[in-house]
Amino acid sequence: MHWASLSDFLHMGGYALYVWGSYGMFFVLVLAEIILLRRSHKQLIKRLKRMRNWEDE
Amino acid sequence: MAFPIYKYASPMTFYGLAGKLIPWFAWGAALLAVAGLYIAFFVAPTDFQQGEAYRVIFIHVPAAWMSMFIYLVMAFWSAIGLAWNTRLSFMMSRALAPTGAMFAFLSLWTGSMWGKPMWGAWWVWDARLTSSLILFFLYVGIMALWSAIDDVRRSDKAGALLILVGAINVPIIYFSVRWWNTLHQGASISIMKAPTMATIMLTGMLVMAIAAWFYSIAVAFYRVRGIILERERQTEWAKALLGAQ
Repeated sequence: MHWASLSDFLHMGGYALYVWGSYGMFFVLVLAEIILLRRSHKQLIKRLKRMRNWEDE
Repeated sequence: MAFPIYKYASPMTFYGLAGKLIPWFAWGAALLAVAGLYIAFFVAPTDFQQGEAYRVIFIHVPAAWMSMFIYLVMAFWSAIGLAWNTRLSFMMSRALAPTGAMFAFLSLWTGSMWGKPMWGAWWVWDARLTSSLILFFLYVGIMALWSAIDDVRRSDKAGALLILVGAINVPIIYFSVRWWNTLHQGASISIMKAPTMATIMLTGMLVMAIAAWFYSIAVAFYRVRGIILERERQTEWAKALLGAQ
């Protein structure tokens, strides 16, 4: 472990903007992809079920 | 025992198989990412030249690799799809494109986050950077083309053609640092020679790269299941599934 404290860790040797800017964007996009994917999948299932019900009637 | 590849080439069987595999790849990706991040921030030492800024490479390199690799997989499925008209192949490349685009964007973003402190510029029109930017535009262009053509079969074929033509860009990205005098450094890892970086840094990078692989597989399988269901909605199995759910 080479970090003296939490603030030392967050400071990233003066490169905080660049390091956290990279990791931040990475996790925001990954999380966004997962959330959007789940949401659109649920909507798709709903839509397909509705279409199926119309066909049955 | 031969893997029953023909069986799994049917969208119906693949739908089930993908559904079973998704949790394994998703959890694998999560665990590997935790291990990789631990190495990246707590095990790997400070770089004596670049200080802490170099820690960006633990996500930059996997993102760049993934953006190129996903493109090649899409080109492979497109070639198969065009040659044998297999339905699942086109669906696979559609399922991969958004994730490939995301990694292409992330490789550019993280690269510029490293370039600013190290080179003094967010962006330079260097051969490696320019060809990576073209890769991102290719992904966007392919998705735009798909959504512009209503007829599914024509849309699939047009997309596959564009993917195959654009595939020429991938070796250009890869070899750009050798063919041109680029500001971007050469490959740290190559099949031909020993890596030019410390083992622990390399380990962290590889663990993150495998995590990115697992993530991409999980997400692509999830997306392809939606595409399969939508396209096969008229078939008996899909109707039964939608009725039963």
